Amino acid sequence: MMGRVLMIFLSLCVLSVVEGLYFHIGETERKCFIEEIPDETMVTANYKLQLYDPRTGGYMPSNAGLGMHVEVKDPEDNMLLSRVYSSEGRFTFTSHTPGEHVICLFSNSTKWFSGSMLRVHFDIQVGEHAIDYASMAQKEKLTELQLRVRQLLDQVDQITKEQNYQRYREERFRQTSESTSRQVLWWAVGQVVVLLAMGWWQMRHLRKFFEAKKLV
Amino acid sequence: MERGWLVVLLGVVCWCAGAAGVELTFELPDNAKECFYEEIEKGTASSLEFQVVTGGHYDVDVVLEGPSRQILYREIKQQYGQFQFTPETTGTYQVCFSNEFSTFSHKLIYVDFQVGDEPQLPGVGEHFTAMTQMESSSQKIHEDLNSVIDYQTHHRLREAQSRKRAEDLNERVLFWAVGETLGILVITVGQVMVLKNFFADKKGNQASY
Repeated sequence: MMGRVLMIFLSLCVLSVVEGLYFHIGETERKCFIEEIPDETMVTANYKLQLYDPRTGGYMPSNAGLGMHVEVKDPEDNMLLSRVYSSEGRFTFTSHTPGEHVICLFSNSTKWFSGSMLRVHFDIQVGEHAIDYASMAQKEKLTELQLRVRQLLDQVDQITKEQNYQRYREERFRQTSESTSRQVLWWAVGQVVVLLAMGWWQMRHLRKFFEAKKLV
Repeated sequence: MERGWLVVLLGVVCWCAGAAGVELTFELPDNAKECFYEEIEKGTASSLEFQVVTGGHYDVDVVLEGPSRQILYREIKQQYGQFQFTPETTGTYQVCFSNEFSTFSHKLIYVDFQVGDEPQLPGVGEHFTAMTQMESSSQKIHEDLNSVIDYQTHHRLREAQSRKRAEDLNERVLFWAVGETLGILVITVGQVMVLKNFFADKKGNQASY
């Protein structure tokens, strides 16, 4: 009996957790978020879509069959995920290349303009924050300490991946700076050369011109 | 078995008790204002952190308002800021970022809104006895690793900012150099042509300069 009550309470709680951060967008608007992540990193997002109800002046769960279109693009602009989900749920993806991933959310409304306001509850977790330790403990029957060690391993794994990614980014940064430095040098030399060449051409051209005019 | 379930349930319930934190990076177009809302229970220690990663003069207006629209934190044209607060009333708190002062630069903004403490691992915190050495050491390691991850995030944001500035500079150097070379060519040829024009034979006039 107690177990049942707790179960019901638990399920209510789980539903209310998605009520985290939220923002408003128009029905036809898109909202994009950028996640700069290393490769092989899992990203999980929970979301909930609510439609503005002018009768009550509040936001009600959409019963018009409004879905959430989710688009995820990787740093090379390839579409990693492009699906229409129901108005409440979660989606997951794993990055395969390091870099800026763009996650865009918009409703699959068929309206062409305006429409009403939508309230989107959004909770995105990256890397080791995305792992559900409660269910892992349950499934694999781990003790507290084992679970803690697993958590520490996941954290260290994420730190290592991030450091590797950092090394790759720093190299790109260094190459850009060196390229700028080289360019500035070559352009400075080049422009002096161009100036000298044009000056010489000018003198030669004018001298020929004046000689033709019999002024020199 | 029964106790196992109870432990998991308690863990999830504790997880539900208003502990949430989200980090977002989004683009704020010019002349735009974006707001994020969160329902916070009173007494839940929360923190807000933001940083402008790219765009214009790397500044943004931030306003954090409480349920009765009272301003808890406000910054004008700041690049980076951090604010910790413990709400005294339960309600909807909103944080708004404004780029309305900018006419054409859109900004990339990172925001980290943490509400409550990090959820504990299931099973931890329900002890009636003190934690063993092993457990407290592992907890300490976990907290230290959390700081490492936090420092890494800050480092990544600063590095992204510098890198984008450097890439911008690289592009601009190329444009400037090409532009200036063209300028030199146009001016030198133009000079010669204008000079020749001064000495040109006008109809009926004798060139006597």
